[in-house]
Amino acid sequence: MTSGTARQPVLVVNNAVKRFGAVHALDGVDLEAYSGEVLALLGDNGAGKSTLIKCISGVHALDRGEIFVEGKPAMVHSPASARSAGIETVYQDLALFDNLTPAENFYCGREIAFPGWLPRGLRFLDNRAMEREAASVIDRLKVRLPRRDAPVALMSGGQRQAIAVARATVFARKIVILDEPTAALGLRESRKVLDLIGQLRDEGNAVILVTHNMEHVVELATRAVVLRQGIKVGELRPTRENQQELVSLIVGADR
Amino acid sequence: MSDSVEPGSSVAAPKDAARSNDAGGRSVSVVLRLLSFGPLLILITLVIGASLATPYFLKPGNISNIVTQTAVIAIVAIGQHLVILTRGIDLSVGANLALSTVIGGLVYKLTPDPAAVMAAMLLTGLLVGAVNGAGYVYGRLPHAFIITLAMLSICRGLALELSINHTTMRGMPDAITALGSGITLGVPNSFFVVAAVSIAALTMAKRMVWGRWIYAVGGKPDAAVQMGIPVKSVLVSTYVISGLCAGIGAVVLSGRTGASSPLYGNLLELDTIAAVIIGGASFLGGRGHIGHALIGAVMIGVIRNALNLLNVDVFFQMIAIGAIIVLAVEADVLRSHLEARARSLQATGGKQ
Repeated sequence: MTSGTARQPVLVVNNAVKRFGAVHALDGVDLEAYSGEVLALLGDNGAGKSTLIKCISGVHALDRGEIFVEGKPAMVHSPASARSAGIETVYQDLALFDNLTPAENFYCGREIAFPGWLPRGLRFLDNRAMEREAASVIDRLKVRLPRRDAPVALMSGGQRQAIAVARATVFARKIVILDEPTAALGLRESRKVLDLIGQLRDEGNAVILVTHNMEHVVELATRAVVLRQGIKVGELRPTRENQQELVSLIVGADR
Repeated sequence: MSDSVEPGSSVAAPKDAARSNDAGGRSVSVVLRLLSFGPLLILITLVIGASLATPYFLKPGNISNIVTQTAVIAIVAIGQHLVILTRGIDLSVGANLALSTVIGGLVYKLTPDPAAVMAAMLLTGLLVGAVNGAGYVYGRLPHAFIITLAMLSICRGLALELSINHTTMRGMPDAITALGSGITLGVPNSFFVVAAVSIAALTMAKRMVWGRWIYAVGGKPDAAVQMGIPVKSVLVSTYVISGLCAGIGAVVLSGRTGASSPLYGNLLELDTIAAVIIGGASFLGGRGHIGHALIGAVMIGVIRNALNLLNVDVFFQMIAIGAIIVLAVEADVLRSHLEARARSLQATGGKQ
């Protein structure tokens, strides 16, 4: 873990407000994420988690409020600009191309190509460099794939999830957001993805994890932020003892 | 919530289950491999069958016949292939080709300059393609079927209108007739045109960033947007290239016949779509290779030629090609089914 003693948050969201018509999806939410930790973002369906995530990753624009990355205000008005600010997102549907190989997926839209003086689309692909880089990431993260040159369509849900997470790590420099990464997976495959998340954290990223799974939260998260109806209703350090308290916060029941 | 894990619960799969799944996985991947070579195997079978059925089939003269007859389908099918890769379709290619030859014929009446005539044909094809692409993307149409169907009608009508009362306009510059019907070193010149178009398309599709983007857009359009790919420009470009290929086809066809006609290219859209599909590219987008379009085009050429040599009814040719299309589409369905099977084998056992 790389976080020092004088901890400065790598991501700060201040007073985030987002309305969809009359609905206050976010009503003044504050959020801080530190490098080297996993922040769990919890809440029932419709609590505003997804909206908050989408605002941070550039899919939606905030109506009010600011986003700071490493203390500097970040302009995130598109997924591309969020990415260039160092925010990588693993979407729930993974955004993988079934017809492409893992390496091709990693670099799709950000291909390594030459020569630089040509317009981007007309450059020639440096497939060897992309395969080499992808292979080293896959090795580093200990993702096991049946074949690296096969299209992603042939891979299991867990392997695909791992590829999507690994793709985020190729470009992640500061912040990685994962939206319900284990929702569609079996036990064994969930395990693999959880290990990957731990590895991302250990490499010094601030990881924001959206999930409904309390076991995963207790196991991985350093802090948990609970949203309800667009408002932050709690923030605590999840342990096995206060798990019930977390659930009460999420559903809004008095203990 | 499907994944609530008891902490410490074992996540290792029993080893023997993994082994039996391994065998299943292997046979699935063998069939998948076989499917990918299927079209080529069918083509080879067709060639062997045809040469056994009639001794004329393998004569050099007949081979060069097949090449000339297939050249136009092959060139236009390459453009069609790029469009189909993005989950689209270009129904206007045949009418576009006819219009291009007519415009070329009209220019020839003004000037015998082969460059001017050729440029007129290529430009016409390209422009029609641009209208297709822009109409589809910026007109926010649900599918390219509609705009290209409209352009089929418009181009054919325009071609007939412009060639007032002439079903054919005779005459083409020598340079163009040489391209369409000349022979170099015993090989029809149109073969070299097909080769050049193939190499250019292959380079673009497989070596350049733009080609990667075409595959990405066909594979998953939403993800392509999320990954920052200029999806609209990519889509428009495929229709422009398809139109340009129709223009090149126009040059080759009018070179072969030494004429232009508003009736050329009738049902060429169906031939080229058939070529792409029976060649083994997926109609669902994102899958395929220029080679598939070429194999499909040659398959159609071989079937027509062989059945002609055997004096089989023209109508039966249509039935035969239709039957092969059904086979090819079923093979595509089988492929996606097997891929799903391979996926679940990965998840439940095998090597993890």
